[in-house]
Amino acid sequence: MGEKIKSFFAGLWQNIRTFFKKRVWQGFCVNVLYKKFDRYKAWIYLLPAIVLLMIFTVWPIFNTVRMSLLEGYTSMKAVRGVEFELGIGNFTRVLKYKGFINCLKNTVLLTVLTVPISTFLALLIAVCLNSIKWFSRALQTIFFLPYVTNSIAIGMVFAAMFNMILGGGVRPDFVGVVNIVIEAFGGDYINWMNAGSEYWANIVVMTVYIVWNALPFKILILLGGLQSVNKQYYEAAKVDATPRWRVFTRITIPLLSPMLAYVIITGFIGGFKEYSSIVGVFGESMGPAGNHYALDTMVGFIYRAIGNQEGTASAAALILFAIILVVTMINLYVSKKKTHY
Amino acid sequence: MKDNVTGSSASVKTMRERDMQKVSATQKIVKICVQVALYLFLGVMALIILFPFYWMLVSSVKTMPEYSQSIPSIIPHEWDFHNYVEVFQNEDLLLGQLFANTLFVGVVSTALSLVITVLSAFAFARLEFKGKNLLFAALLATMMIPGELFTITNFQTVHSFGWMHTFTVLIVPFLVSVFYIYLLKQNFQQVPNELYLAAKVDGTTDLKYLWKVMIPLALPTLISITILKMMGSWNSYMWPRLVANDDAHRLITNGLRTAFTSADGVTDVPLQMAAVAVVSAPLFLVFVFLRKYIMKGVSRSGIKG
Repeated sequence: MGEKIKSFFAGLWQNIRTFFKKRVWQGFCVNVLYKKFDRYKAWIYLLPAIVLLMIFTVWPIFNTVRMSLLEGYTSMKAVRGVEFELGIGNFTRVLKYKGFINCLKNTVLLTVLTVPISTFLALLIAVCLNSIKWFSRALQTIFFLPYVTNSIAIGMVFAAMFNMILGGGVRPDFVGVVNIVIEAFGGDYINWMNAGSEYWANIVVMTVYIVWNALPFKILILLGGLQSVNKQYYEAAKVDATPRWRVFTRITIPLLSPMLAYVIITGFIGGFKEYSSIVGVFGESMGPAGNHYALDTMVGFIYRAIGNQEGTASAAALILFAIILVVTMINLYVSKKKTHY
Repeated sequence: MKDNVTGSSASVKTMRERDMQKVSATQKIVKICVQVALYLFLGVMALIILFPFYWMLVSSVKTMPEYSQSIPSIIPHEWDFHNYVEVFQNEDLLLGQLFANTLFVGVVSTALSLVITVLSAFAFARLEFKGKNLLFAALLATMMIPGELFTITNFQTVHSFGWMHTFTVLIVPFLVSVFYIYLLKQNFQQVPNELYLAAKVDGTTDLKYLWKVMIPLALPTLISITILKMMGSWNSYMWPRLVANDDAHRLITNGLRTAFTSADGVTDVPLQMAAVAVVSAPLFLVFVFLRKYIMKGVSRSGIKG
C-alpha cells in the first residue's frame, strides 16, 4: 500500500517535471498565454475607453430614451418606487409648454440670423486675406484671436459695451461705448439689454456676439480651402481675361464649396446648441432684468430640467437631437447637389 | 515700297505696344485700388474684432469714477492697476483657488485622456480583431448626438456613484473623446505597417514600439489634443456648475460668472474686466506660443474645447 502511494507520487512528480521542463513550459507560454493575449490584446488596449464609454455614453443613450417614454418621470419619484406608465406624454407636454416654444423660437432665430451672416463675412474676409501681399500672417492671427477666448468671460465684456445704467431722469446715468458710437453718428441711445429693453435689441446684441465668436473658425477653414485651390484655374481665367466677379462665382465658390458646406453644417449644429454665450452676456437669468428667460434656448431648457424633471429633459434632448439630425440631413442633401468635388 | 511696308508695320507694332502699355497702366491702377480697398476692409474688420479686447484692458485700468463718466475716455487718464491686485484678494472670487482647481483638473484629465486615447487609437490603427470596423463606426456615430443628451443621465450616474462635489466628477466622465481617438488613429495609420512588422521581428513589444516610434511621429497631433483638452477644461461651464459648484472644487469660468452676477447694473465693471483679463491671459499666452498646433487642431475638429 505504502509502496503504491509512493510510486504514484513519484510518477506524478515525474509528470510535473516533464511538464515544467523548459521547452514544454515555453511552449505553453507561447501557445496558450501569448496567443490568447495576442488575440485579446486589442481589447485590453481598448478596455479603459470602452468601460468609460459604456458608462457615460452608451448607457445615457438608452436611459434617455427610456426616461422620455415614461410618463412624468422624475428621479425623485423613481427613488420612492413610483411606477410610471409607458407613453409619449413627455413629448406632447414639452411641445405644448410655452417656455419650450419660446426656447425653440430663440434658438431657431439666432441660428438663422448668425449662420448666414458669419459665413458671408468669413468668406469675404478669407478671400481678402488670400489676395493681399503683406501682413497676411499678422491679420490672420488677429482674426483667429476670438477663438482662444472664454465665451463666458468675453460675453461679460460685450455686456459692458452694450450696458447702460438707467437713472431716475430722462437720460440714463451711464451708457456703454456702443451707444456713444451711435450718438456720435447722430443716432439715439438704444436700450440694448437692461430692464425694459425690447426683444429685437437683445437679439441684436446676441447676434453681434455670436457672429464675432463664430468668425475665427470659419475664416480658418475657408482660408485653408482657398490656399489649397490649384493656381492653374486662376491663370487660365487670367488668359481668358475673365472678370473678377465671374472668377469668384465660377471658380472660387465651386472649388470652395466642400469647405463652405462643412462650415455651414457645423455652424447650424453649434447654433442649435447655443447656450453659454447667452449666459456670458445676460447671466444665468438669460434675459434682461425683469424679463428673465426671454432669451432662453433649448440647451438652457434641458439644463434647467436636469435633476428635477428627467422625463421632460430627456424628451427635450431627443427633440433637439432630431432637429439637429434633420437640419444636418437637409444640409448634406443640398450640399451634395450643389457641392463640386 | 519695301521701306514703306516695313515702316507701317513698325508703326503698327509701336501702336500695339502703346495700347498694351495703356492697358497695363489702367490695370495697375485698378490693382492698386483693389489692394487699398482690401486693406481698408480688413483693417476695419480687424479693429472690430480687436475692440472688445481693447475695451476689456482699458476698462480694467480705469477707476470707477472715470469709468462711469458719461463720455468714456478711449485712453484712460491715469493707469490704475489696483483692480488687478484687488481681483486676487476679492473674497467673492477666490481667484487663486479657482486657478489651482482648474489647473489640477486640466492637467490630470489631459494626462489620463492622452493615455486612453493613444492606447485605443493604436488598437484601431494597428491591431486586427473581430468587429473592429463595426465598433469604430459605432463610436463615430455617437459623435452626432448632442452632449446635453448624455448630461441628463450622467448627472444621475455620478450622483449614485457618490461623486458629487469631488474632482473625480470633473475628470472621469470626459476622459474618452471619440474625436481624439479618430484624429490619432488617422495619424497612426500614416506610419507604414512595415515599421511595425520589423519591430515585431526584432522582438520589440507593442508598448515599446508605441513609445519609441508612434508617439514621436504623432507628436504634433498629441500636442494639438493636449492644448484643446486644456482649453476645454479652462472654458467648461455647464457640467462643473451642475456637479461641483462648491468653493473647494469650483472651476474658473463658474467662479467668474457667479462672482459678478448681480443683475442690478451697479457691478464694479473695472474690477470685473480685470478679472476677465486675468482669466483670458493664460489662453492668450498659450495661443502666442503654440498658435500652429491650435490652428491645426481646430481646422480638423470644429469643436471648441
